[in-house]
Amino acid sequence: MKNETIRRIMLALAAPFAAVVFATIASSIFLLIAGSNPFTAYGDMFEYGSRLEIQVDILNRATPLYISGVAAAIGFRMNLFNIGVEGQYRLAAIVAAYVGASVSLPGVLHVGLILLVAMLVGGAYSGVAGVLKVTRGVNEVISTIMLNAIAISGLIAWLVREWQAGGSVDATATNVGIGTEPIDESGLIPNINSWLEIFTRDIGKGKELTGVFLVAIAVGILYHILINRTRFGFDLRATGINPFSARVGGVSDKKMVLGAMVLSGVVAGLVGMAEIAKLGRFNPNFVGGLGFAGIAVALLGRNHPGGIAIGALLFAFLDTASGVLQVTGSASREIVFIMQGIILLAAVIAYEVVQRFRIREEARLASALLEGEAQ
Amino acid sequence: MVPAIELKGITKRFPGVLANDNVNLTVEEGEIHAVCGENGAGKSTLMKILYGMQPADEGTMNLFGEPHTFNSPNEAIDAGIGMVHQHFMLANQLTVLENVILGAEPTKQGGLIDFDTASKHLEEVGKAYGLTVDPFDLVESLEVGERQRVEIIKVLFRGAKILIFDEPTAVLVPQEVEELFRNMRELKANGATIIFIDHKLEEVLEIADTITVLRQGKTVATVKPADVSATDLAELMVGSELPTPQITDAKISDTIGITLDNVTVLDEDERPIVDAVSLEIRQGEILGIAGVEGNGQRELVGAILGTQKISDGSIFLMGDDISNKSVRSRRENGLGYIPQDRQEEGLLLTAPLWENAALGHQTAKPFSGGWNQWFIDREGSRSQTERIRREFDVRTPNVDVSAHALSGGNQQKLIVGREMVSEPSVLVASHPTRGIDVGAQASVWEQIRQARSNGLATLLISADLDELIGLSDVIVVMFRGRIVAQLNPSEITPRSLGAYMTGATSEENPA
Repeated sequence: MKNETIRRIMLALAAPFAAVVFATIASSIFLLIAGSNPFTAYGDMFEYGSRLEIQVDILNRATPLYISGVAAAIGFRMNLFNIGVEGQYRLAAIVAAYVGASVSLPGVLHVGLILLVAMLVGGAYSGVAGVLKVTRGVNEVISTIMLNAIAISGLIAWLVREWQAGGSVDATATNVGIGTEPIDESGLIPNINSWLEIFTRDIGKGKELTGVFLVAIAVGILYHILINRTRFGFDLRATGINPFSARVGGVSDKKMVLGAMVLSGVVAGLVGMAEIAKLGRFNPNFVGGLGFAGIAVALLGRNHPGGIAIGALLFAFLDTASGVLQVTGSASREIVFIMQGIILLAAVIAYEVVQRFRIREEARLASALLEGEAQ
Repeated sequence: MVPAIELKGITKRFPGVLANDNVNLTVEEGEIHAVCGENGAGKSTLMKILYGMQPADEGTMNLFGEPHTFNSPNEAIDAGIGMVHQHFMLANQLTVLENVILGAEPTKQGGLIDFDTASKHLEEVGKAYGLTVDPFDLVESLEVGERQRVEIIKVLFRGAKILIFDEPTAVLVPQEVEELFRNMRELKANGATIIFIDHKLEEVLEIADTITVLRQGKTVATVKPADVSATDLAELMVGSELPTPQITDAKISDTIGITLDNVTVLDEDERPIVDAVSLEIRQGEILGIAGVEGNGQRELVGAILGTQKISDGSIFLMGDDISNKSVRSRRENGLGYIPQDRQEEGLLLTAPLWENAALGHQTAKPFSGGWNQWFIDREGSRSQTERIRREFDVRTPNVDVSAHALSGGNQQKLIVGREMVSEPSVLVASHPTRGIDVGAQASVWEQIRQARSNGLATLLISADLDELIGLSDVIVVMFRGRIVAQLNPSEITPRSLGAYMTGATSEENPA
């Protein structure tokens, strides 16, 4: 039994490991073609990534990636593709920033209100796609892509002017582009450097580990409990594995589609919170692309709470450590986008291979055990 | 004259099944040759072999005297064989012409589709076989009968001289059937050879020149329609011997488990696929539904379960009207279900057995409940699954393996077990022993009998007459969505059963 567990873990790790190895080799070829030395480039990235202050950056980057990955994974678990995390988190962020700036409350309540608003907005916005699918049969991929466009180039572009600090004044005013009104100190999630100092006193260089890191951990734990322990999670997974069996087993597909979609959006609403805590407001240069990166991270992590964490850390490492390449000049930093793409493709293929192997293995094991029993 | 098709000694084995056992079939050129048989008699397999979709294990095939073997439908098409599928394979948003040339588009220079040549060719084909349809109509605007004509033209367009019709009347209303038969006669008059698969015997007698009957993978007879009655044919299909029903000391109570009152289900074309069915099953009673597949059984089951919307009528479970209740509420109120396809509808193949055992009962103890009903009780589920494993003899190393690791029989025992341990008051069992070995079958039957003596009301749908007659207290026959007869299993004859199942009841009236 013990051996079996180890075997299972090994099998689970085989695919992402193979994917990373393959991606490294393939990226090396690209680097060679571009005339760079892959060893120098990787060496630079690892050296840079091993610095403590850079590791704080990596965790800060991994935090929203992880939340975004979980948001996407909730849909993926029942074959529902929420491509709209991107629009959901940005819309949630601007509304939460606006609401947060217009009230003044004691610390915990203020932070709680901002998070709540973000979750509600994210959930409501993804819920639109859910309602469209349930009532009109609109494919959620198409509707969420369109909702992204509506949110990003429509609603947010409008709201950011409408809610501009100092009122919506004419474009010549000095405060153009500054973003929404600043949120009071009490509404900003504090950094958790004090927690880091438990491990090391040597954090320095003005780096701050975002407090949303703890929110991400909570999201991961709740996601695990929801998916693997609750009836809702059971229904969700059942629908993902076999919608017909689930339906006959009393699972209402419409309720599940709506529930999963809204929940995915609720989590998506939290993606922008680290940025809000850092900036204290929403501004026109608010970080983008986290929603799409989350899809990649969820795929890489196989929708597993731990797997998504590894995926988020890996992508965050690549994103962050690639910055050094520009400084040392050992390679172009765009190589990491190629690497991320190859890792993802390779992972999808490797998972499929491992899955087939696992199915065969399990059938063989089951019959072998039975024969042993019969003797 | 050399026969158009000569199949000799065709044998095809599937794991555990002999689908075709030394089948011989000779089809003369220019005739309409009907192939009849019950479900599982081997008709489809034979046609798949003829059409190149599956290779035969043994046997030879001659077309117009020339030996042939096909490795793909394309080779069969090249040799002049065409298949008119039961379910239309048409793109609704394209025109008739586009559909007809789809996959065989004539091209002119530069790879452009040559619509002029195509429509000319289409016109020629239509004229040659007496089939007309406007090539520029959108398929979605056509009636069902016209769509079928497009399917036929599609096949002719590719140069088919031999046409296989796979249950072409299944989707048609009577007027459309007449139209189809006119078309078929027209085709025949213009030299086409037709193989026609059907089990509606009166239709067969009306249209066919020769009839071959298959039963359990064997050719049992080749006859001329003039020499036989529909009832004779029915007997040939069903066989001359029926199993004797088991005498049981079953006490059927007076309490009604489930009532169906005028239940009607419509298909996408708004045609009744279950047509005003009324039934009553009392506790301790097994009601068997006999009938050729595709006569509404699947939809009837869906209506009871709640996956199929009923357009008329009502359903009562233990006296409560459940017509508009959700699947979950029906299951929670004591409706058990053994699906006809365990992998498609019964299991979560990649999930562990204990999760499979919980499926359908996840809202009830011991699978959930305790201090918080919103959580799955993993320990309770595991021990319940252990109980199912023990009591229903599910052979598995443990309850944590995935369902796909189990053999078909053990998967089925798991499903039967999960339904039975929840002690339902009504059970819908759809082909409960299909495709499992004899040992597992006997154990499933035993479980159903035991549940009956504990007062379970069972609706049993089965194509296996041993099962149907052996278990049922009363048998009704479904044909074209209606209940056409109610029979006593101990008085049933192959003649009467076969006649009702195939709609061959008008010429004589078997008791």
